[in-house]
Amino acid sequence: MKRPLALFGAVAAVTTLAACGSGSGGGDQAGPPRPGGTLRYGLSQAPTCADPVQAQTNQTVYVTRQVVDSLVDQDPATGEIKPWLADTWQVGPDAKSFTFHLKDGVTFSDGTPLTADSVRKNLDALVHTIGAAKASLAASYVAGYVGTTVVDPLTARVDFSAPDAQFLQAASTPQLGLVSDATTAKSAEDRCQGVIGSGPFSYAEYKQGASATLVKRTGYHWGSPVFGNHGDAYLDKIVFTVIPESGVRTGSVTSGQLDAVSDALPQDAPQIEGAGGKVLTVSNPGIPFGIGPNISRGALRDPAVRTALRTAIDRKELIDTVLGPQFKPATGTLASKTPAYVDLSARLGYDPDAARRTLDAAGWVPGPDGIRVKDGQRLSFGVLFAPVFDGNQAILELVQQQVRKVGIDLQLDKEASNVVAARQLSKDFDAVYFNLTRADGDILRTTFGIDQQNYNARGPIPALDQALTGELGSTDAAARAKLIGDAQTSILDQGLWVPTIELSQAIGTAATVVDLKFEASGRLQFHDAWLRGK
Amino acid sequence: MGRYVASRVIQAVAVLWAAFTGSFIVLYLLPGDPVTLAAANPGIPLDAAAVAELRARYGLDKPVWQQYLTALDRALHGDLGRSLTNGQHVLDAIGDAIPTTLVLAVTALALALVFGTALALTAAYTEKRRLRGFLIALPPIGASAPTFWVGLLLLQVFSFRLRLVPAFGGTGVQGTILPAVTLAVPVGAVIAQVLYTSLAQTWRQPFVEVAFAKGASRWWVQLRHVLRPALAPALTVAGVWVGTVLAGSVVVETVFSRAGLGRLTQTAVLNEDIPVVQGIVVFTATVFVVVNLVVDLIYPVLDPRVAQHFRRRGAVRV
Repeated sequence: MKRPLALFGAVAAVTTLAACGSGSGGGDQAGPPRPGGTLRYGLSQAPTCADPVQAQTNQTVYVTRQVVDSLVDQDPATGEIKPWLADTWQVGPDAKSFTFHLKDGVTFSDGTPLTADSVRKNLDALVHTIGAAKASLAASYVAGYVGTTVVDPLTARVDFSAPDAQFLQAASTPQLGLVSDATTAKSAEDRCQGVIGSGPFSYAEYKQGASATLVKRTGYHWGSPVFGNHGDAYLDKIVFTVIPESGVRTGSVTSGQLDAVSDALPQDAPQIEGAGGKVLTVSNPGIPFGIGPNISRGALRDPAVRTALRTAIDRKELIDTVLGPQFKPATGTLASKTPAYVDLSARLGYDPDAARRTLDAAGWVPGPDGIRVKDGQRLSFGVLFAPVFDGNQAILELVQQQVRKVGIDLQLDKEASNVVAARQLSKDFDAVYFNLTRADGDILRTTFGIDQQNYNARGPIPALDQALTGELGSTDAAARAKLIGDAQTSILDQGLWVPTIELSQAIGTAATVVDLKFEASGRLQFHDAWLRGK
Repeated sequence: MGRYVASRVIQAVAVLWAAFTGSFIVLYLLPGDPVTLAAANPGIPLDAAAVAELRARYGLDKPVWQQYLTALDRALHGDLGRSLTNGQHVLDAIGDAIPTTLVLAVTALALALVFGTALALTAAYTEKRRLRGFLIALPPIGASAPTFWVGLLLLQVFSFRLRLVPAFGGTGVQGTILPAVTLAVPVGAVIAQVLYTSLAQTWRQPFVEVAFAKGASRWWVQLRHVLRPALAPALTVAGVWVGTVLAGSVVVETVFSRAGLGRLTQTAVLNEDIPVVQGIVVFTATVFVVVNLVVDLIYPVLDPRVAQHFRRRGAVRV
């Protein structure tokens, strides 16, 4: 039901809107920022919760990111950690303790001050009140949390039971954004209906499933240096409305009923641009989409099969045929925007002959139907996936055709996301297809670590295991990047991840919107955004 | 009559209980674990400890009969639990959604009644075969036109091109007219179809000849003698109208970005948010029960034959 709807919407928009561009100028000379105005934003799905710590989807983060500040910020251009609520910080030599020195004079929108005790209450609430059950992502950032010590009113020390170098970047995410005492005292369910943060905007209204209205805070002077503007936000208000139908989102932008929308489809771009607007895109950092084989069963036990799979996929064709120019083919184990990313595109070129040679050498010979066979076993496996991203099915169908040319039979194993999650947990699959967004290389450890998710169901691989454990204990950025780089190469060479494409965000904006920016994890940050006179 | 009303009310309560129990059983038997999904983040599934904690939090670790009794007891006290995905009280979630859907449904039903009845009356009245043929061809078209297609078409023309009405978020006549018209199309088609068939049959009844013999005009016969008995079968399917309205609202509310019951149902089903789905089932059952109760009570008033039958037999359904 969903796909035909979306497709039809796009077709209808093309046919009836082509003639009605209403260009209001355009041109990149926007002039000095003008404060004021209400930005009307169309979300593609309802946010699941008003609470940043429980936010798991992009559409939820677009809203929640604006109402909280984090201890530190991450520069989207360099991946460097910058001050935000904390002016300075120290990481203990064993990466087990983190001391944050907070800015003075920061207040939450209920007027209460931010103190070291706020940091303690926030992390305690996450670990003890909310827990992994309600905030699996945030909880994974603070695994091994021992406690927070209030050193003095503006100094907080966070301790972990084991080295945890990833925590500094985690502290920059909206999931670990800080809320006031009034909020940390509440239950997880009650926090979902609204929170009080110190961010540049605060909730004026939150209607579950329908809309959220944020208003500017005046006197906001503790923005991060990543922001272009160091005072209050420019916008007076942001009104988020849930507009599930993509054709309606596009039509609303081009007819001046919305200023910006999520998930502008490739076919919507010409109309948005025709009306003087732009499609802003950014590719997500983290693990790109790819196939993770379960190497404990079936044909994928054979490393040769995994190696052949890597070069049997034509990634450029996936982009050109299914997705469009705002997407990129994967060029490594990590997505290109991730700090410490290593370009492994030389290993990911399309080379079906190399794939055939590898399989021939390993003793897989073509059977009567073209699918290879070895010792009576067909070269066939299922790929488990959920249609969480609209393109997943079409991508895998094309991959299926591509790998069939070298004699591999790839079967689509489509399930609802809850079934996928359950089967991932019990490792009940031949291979699984997904992506994960995170602007830190630690995502490799949590995904491929032998004591972590370990979807590959693999045994020890000493070089890889050492790299993954090592990066978590490394306080030196360069040394840590080197270990994360080693892990990327090892994972790809062992055939533990067969990447396909990088996920992209595409935000359609009207001509009126200036300086709407993405933060380091590829989510929207509205602080610098302003509206050009209409 | 008092005994009749009492028996209808008892039946209504029994239907509600059955709806509650039925939905509980069906949702319990569904494959997939709602708890895993409640915090599902593809790629970061919960570990066993977190799943166990969540099951305990929602009482899902207890034996099924105990869960059922707890849920039933709470429901009797007006507590339908909280959403597994966003923690909202189910009653609040439904309560927030009702006004949006009610405005849409009532407007659409009114439009459907006016235009559906007018179409059926004209088609039954006219003696021009071509006009009648044209008119009776319309309801099947209306019933089969995909609702989302009609909605998007109306949006393209009246909102994006002519800019007469907002595409979303509007209130009052401006904000309601397009979704209401979209929803009125399939509902009006059902009404027109049933009413026309019923009118055409009634026209062939012997008492029509008698009325003509008394010198009545064609209009007078249709309004005074044919319409009233013909209404009864059309009213019988009022439950079907309500069903069509609720089913249509899922699509209409998606296209027109309205956070009503249809959208709530869709997201709750997608997320297997069991307490919300169950709340909606019970609520919908209540609506059906009330509508049918009202219809049953109106019935004898409309058609004296039913009232006579009822006086003799103490039963009312025909």
